[in-house]
Amino acid sequence: MTHSEIEAITERYENRESAILSMLQDIQAKEKYLPQEALERLGEKLGIPMNKIYRIATFYRAFSLTPKGQHEVCVCIGTACHVRGAQRVVDQINLELGIRPGETTKDRNFTLETVNCLGVCAAGPVAAIDGQYFGKMSPAKVGGTLKKFRSDKKKKEGANGKA
Amino acid sequence: MARLSSPQELGKYRDEILSKRNPDQPLITVCGGTGCHASGCHAVVDAFRKVLQEKAKGNGIGLRVTGCHGFCERGPLVVIHPKMVLYQKVKPEDAPAIFQETVLNGKVLENLLYEHPATGEKIATEEKVPFYQKQRRIILGNNGNIDPTQIEDYLAVGGYRALAKALFSMKPEEIIGEVKKANLRGRGGGGFPAGLKWEQCRNAPSDIKYLVCNADEGDPGAYMDRSLLEGNPHSALEGMIIGAYAIGSHEGYIFVRHEYPLALENIGIAIQQARELGLLGRDILGSGFHFDIKISRGGGAFVAGESTALMATIEGNVGEPRAKHIHTVVSGLHDKPTNLNNVETWANVPVIINEGADWYGRIGTEGSKGTKIFSLVGKVNNTGLVEVPMGMSLREIVYDIGGGIPGGKRFKAVQTGGPSGGCIPESMIDLPVDFDRLTEVGSMMGSGGMIVMDESTCMVDVAKYFMNFLKDESCGKCTSCREGTKRMYELLADITEGRGTMDHLCLLEDLGWVTAEASLCALGGTAPNPVLSTIRYFRDEYKEHIINKQCPAKVCRQLLQYRILSDVCTSCGRCSKVCSVKAITGKQKTKKEKGEPFEIDAEKCIRCGMCFESCKFEAIEVQ
Amino acid sequence: MIPFSIDGQPVEGREGGNILETALDAGIEIPHLCFNESVKPYGACRLCLVEVVRNGKSRMAASCTHPVQKGMEVFTRTEKVLRARKMITELILAMCPGDKLIQEMAKGMGIDEVRFKKEEKDCILCGLCARVCDEVVGANAIHFAFRGDRREMIPPFQGEATNCIACGACVVVCPVDVIRMKEEGDERTIIRWKRTLKMKSCKVCGNYFAPWFQLEKFKEKAKLPKDFYDLCYTCRS
Ligand SMILES: Cc1cc2nc3c(=O)[nH]c(=O)nc-3n(C[C@H](O)[C@H](O)[C@H](O)COP(=O)(O)O)c2cc1C
Ligand code: SF4
Ligand code: SF4
Ligand code: SF4
Ligand code: FES
Ligand code: FES
Ligand code: FES
Repeated sequence: MTHSEIEAITERYENRESAILSMLQDIQAKEKYLPQEALERLGEKLGIPMNKIYRIATFYRAFSLTPKGQHEVCVCIGTACHVRGAQRVVDQINLELGIRPGETTKDRNFTLETVNCLGVCAAGPVAAIDGQYFGKMSPAKVGGTLKKFRSDKKKKEGANGKA
Repeated sequence: MARLSSPQELGKYRDEILSKRNPDQPLITVCGGTGCHASGCHAVVDAFRKVLQEKAKGNGIGLRVTGCHGFCERGPLVVIHPKMVLYQKVKPEDAPAIFQETVLNGKVLENLLYEHPATGEKIATEEKVPFYQKQRRIILGNNGNIDPTQIEDYLAVGGYRALAKALFSMKPEEIIGEVKKANLRGRGGGGFPAGLKWEQCRNAPSDIKYLVCNADEGDPGAYMDRSLLEGNPHSALEGMIIGAYAIGSHEGYIFVRHEYPLALENIGIAIQQARELGLLGRDILGSGFHFDIKISRGGGAFVAGESTALMATIEGNVGEPRAKHIHTVVSGLHDKPTNLNNVETWANVPVIINEGADWYGRIGTEGSKGTKIFSLVGKVNNTGLVEVPMGMSLREIVYDIGGGIPGGKRFKAVQTGGPSGGCIPESMIDLPVDFDRLTEVGSMMGSGGMIVMDESTCMVDVAKYFMNFLKDESCGKCTSCREGTKRMYELLADITEGRGTMDHLCLLEDLGWVTAEASLCALGGTAPNPVLSTIRYFRDEYKEHIINKQCPAKVCRQLLQYRILSDVCTSCGRCSKVCSVKAITGKQKTKKEKGEPFEIDAEKCIRCGMCFESCKFEAIEVQ
Repeated sequence: MIPFSIDGQPVEGREGGNILETALDAGIEIPHLCFNESVKPYGACRLCLVEVVRNGKSRMAASCTHPVQKGMEVFTRTEKVLRARKMITELILAMCPGDKLIQEMAKGMGIDEVRFKKEEKDCILCGLCARVCDEVVGANAIHFAFRGDRREMIPPFQGEATNCIACGACVVVCPVDVIRMKEEGDERTIIRWKRTLKMKSCKVCGNYFAPWFQLEKFKEKAKLPKDFYDLCYTCRS
């Protein structure tokens, strides 16, 4: 992120030090992760030492310090989804993609995340891929659901001549 | 819109809105809550919009996107006014027929009605659906009627009347007196009397005081506050403004979880609209009182919902709790007196002011007045949000409202209070649900999560689930909480993976005690509840795991055995195709040959259960 | 001064003070790991638990973060306190089985065996190093990262602590002595924080006495004359 982009974010909150969490959220939203140099610039701008920024950035689930994959697979493991078998859905995704929650596939196609309650417990177990909800998930549905996003990627790569 | 500068102007404006609205005019409302969103309500809204544009331009038929009705299981929900016909599981394709038949011709479409699960009878209106019949929706009731992004809708149902009454005909002390008399207890977890808290904050010496609304809703499996903020944000806002006047605060915060984008958006719009009308900001309704509100976003940490951690977060620090030997009502945010209440608590305030403490006090039990919203989820037929008078029995909630357990399975337990709560067994299903009774049996009211469990839920697994959650969500400061939850998790994992001994149980109980006693905040203080309550009521199930190495609910993977019944197996070979570790072999049948039954190699099997799910002939059994 | 009692013995605490410091001043021993009078109390290790009786109600609380209050009764060796203290020590030992101090404490409490899986950590997460670095030194070099059972004390981005001035304050304050410092030739290294800085030598005796970076920072902060740190502390006095 450029200096001016960081500045635009800090000014949105009148450069208030107490708004650091919101600023980090804005950076995360824009970059899909918190790049180190963006945090360094933010620290300089606000005069907040890096040990404090890093502490906040690693404390909250909303932030990631590494770039995420192209598709974010988010499985709800809230209590309601858990008692309906969410763990088995996570296990199955792990089996198919070889990644555990918080990890990204080598080809950067998928990142697996878990959340606690998406507020749609009635449809549980729920997974959200890139914000699109998939209700009543089961291990058996995992393959087909992921496939939609897999071929998507392959098509795009093909178009770029990379595949 | 011009600012309203007196209660009379507010009244006039309300009359104006009402005069433009004809209650007999057809109106299509579509639930736009998150649950219905997930089941596709946006496409339904678009379909209606298209139909209206094509066929009903200018003839006054309205379309309104509302908040959650609570019956999310059946979404997307559509209600047609004025007859209040309720359609469930509506698809975009249904829109033209609904418009033609119901809106224009007043005919009810049978195929979209809710069907009584027992009698098969078709039910045409919300109030007759059993799910709603035993509820008392004084807080949630308007969710389904108003468009949360239109302050006029809130005003039309009597919104901000309580504020006008509080500002112009009550002294701050009288308001506090009324809230105390109503015995409003905090809905965010602890059940602390709100009036008392307000009074302490009012009496704390300082010219700056803060007011905070807690909408962090960290309980994994509950979404009451989300629905309120999404569906009726002004109700909490009105409560806060009244509270601010009573306490003498001019600056407030609403702390919302970042995972709730729609709630954030709607509360933002509500604040903006209230400001424009002069209901928030300077000189509210010409009373000379001023109060304004900022929104603060959470970063995704359960512990940040704890009062001191929440205040630290608003200050821009990491969300770690601190010792509360000086209460936050005396020294909270920026070391100033701070009054924190939950969304639902705030939403109760206008009701109390409007109807009076005496009216309010007639709902509920001796120690717990009013209603409580629960998110009734898990193994229950009617999943959704329910609002019931305090003191209703668990049986009524689970069976009469929730419609019982799906698939004819047996009820086993209800978990209340989220990660701080406990599991209540079947033997206590007649327990009246209020703050004190839940605590007595080792659980908690918490914020209102109510997770129903049936015979296929393993209680050891549930305890393990919560410890996994808590070891992750603990801030990690206290040794007892950080290490205690981690070690309880490990011990439970041992039990669910066949390594458990009876010593594990004793150690769990001992560790649970220390975690609760030695930790700083209520996260650690209540962390062992899920473990201790399941050991207390389901000791036999623990023993079954430990001694016989079996999981009666068939949940704990390492203790399961999958086996193919050779006499049932049709040799279709499906199972061997889905098995990712190729543990299933056999000879598949072809047109010519009969094939041979398939078999699972127990050594290779990773117990994912895919084969079990894939078999169409129930030839695979789990032990 | 505020009068109250600890284990039945009348004591007096200073206004705004805490139970632990009052006890220590009065010669009453309460085990503690994350308390040091040079920084603000934090209440992390939970080892300094005591039972506090006020208005007839008894509660367990960490004595380092509990303010002194008139007339309260504090008990440091009740059955509950001892039981909790022992378990906490066992938990810390399971986390850091190699720490000498913890081993000794455990032995003293009669813990012969750890009932949990042993880990291979050495830092007990008391937070003293970071608090000294923030509050006393003002370098803000390190802090806690992550939460829950993943909590760690590390420099930002897990690399070199680029704000560290290698003053060594954290080395001194760490109760379990796991922050090591190394001096070789004109270089000083704080091993744990991966920070190596050049030292300045004294114009008179020629000894290396402090890192350049540290002295520059101090000069800048205190607006000291340019040649202020040309001599080492010994030669200056
Ligand atoms: C770990 C933890 C998490 C909490 N999370 C929430 C929350 O998400 N929402 C909430 O309203 N209260 C939460 N609370 C309770 C608050 O600390 C506080 O008691 C409450 O917001 C006060 O409001 P009330 O009196 O209206 O309930 C939490 C408490 C703890 C200890
Ligand atoms: S009890 Fe747990 S969550 Fe609360 S302050 Fe201590 S470590 Fe943090
Ligand atoms: S040596 Fe470095 S990390 Fe340690 S206190 Fe000094 S400046 Fe801070
Ligand atoms: S390194 Fe030492 S002083 Fe720092 S937190 Fe760990 S144990 Fe405490
Ligand atoms: S628990 Fe999964 S959506 Fe609520
Ligand atoms: S979201 Fe539509 S009923 Fe709950
Ligand atoms: S010394 Fe008090 S908690 Fe560590």
